[in-house]
Amino acid sequence: MDAILFLVFAFIAVACGINVVLQRHPINSALSLIGVMGSLAVLYLLLGGEFIAAAQIIVYAGAVMVLFLFVIMLLNAGRERTQTVPWVVRLLGPPALILFVSALGVIAYRLLPYRDLVRFGGFTRGGAADVGRPLLTTYVLPFEVTTVAILVAIVGAVLLARKEGGE
Amino acid sequence: MLEPITPVHFLLLSAALLLVGTIGVLTRRNIVVILMSIELILNAVNLNLVAFSRYFGEPSGQVFAIFVITMAAAETAVALGILIALFRNRQTVFADEIDLLKW
Repeated sequence: MDAILFLVFAFIAVACGINVVLQRHPINSALSLIGVMGSLAVLYLLLGGEFIAAAQIIVYAGAVMVLFLFVIMLLNAGRERTQTVPWVVRLLGPPALILFVSALGVIAYRLLPYRDLVRFGGFTRGGAADVGRPLLTTYVLPFEVTTVAILVAIVGAVLLARKEGGE
Repeated sequence: MLEPITPVHFLLLSAALLLVGTIGVLTRRNIVVILMSIELILNAVNLNLVAFSRYFGEPSGQVFAIFVITMAAAETAVALGILIALFRNRQTVFADEIDLLKW
């Protein structure tokens, strides 16, 4: 059951990710990226990260993707030129990538000893309280630095997107 | 019966998403799609962090994932602001047409 859940959503994530890169029009890429975000949120739930899953949906699939769609619609960019890919790359590229990921898998299996299986509900220390307590005690300095960084980002975004000259 | 799922499976999915995102950054011309590929890479990092959090049974990894999500949102806002300013000045969103500094 958990294996089916993982395989289905991992397949959706990778397929949508490949679609993001392959689509010629940015709107299609953006909608595929929402598919990646949603399936990753399900996988976070499977890993026990309830709070991360909610943040993923709200921040990524909600806020960030709305920003992307807004900019795509605002700029109204046309289709981009297709570039010719050499046939050697076309032929050898995908098998080489699959081989590379498989090699990484073998290395990861060697390096990481078997601990326990991922089951739905098998890890319950990912709720808002469990994540929030270290966030505001152990990692309070990075937390504060992040707030400053967000403030800088807000001011910078407003300043960059503002029309120059006109008041 | 299917093979049981271990955190290593999640690491492999993360590696696959990282590769796809890297290919997108390197091959696409549209800056919006390049930014979306960067988001893919950041999502791969997040999945890695949450998988290791599960592996060690320790919520700290998820705290770092929160930081990554926050910084990704800030980064997107700044990058899209830069893109709007760029489009206003150059009327293009294609990375290969922005060659002002090219000799």
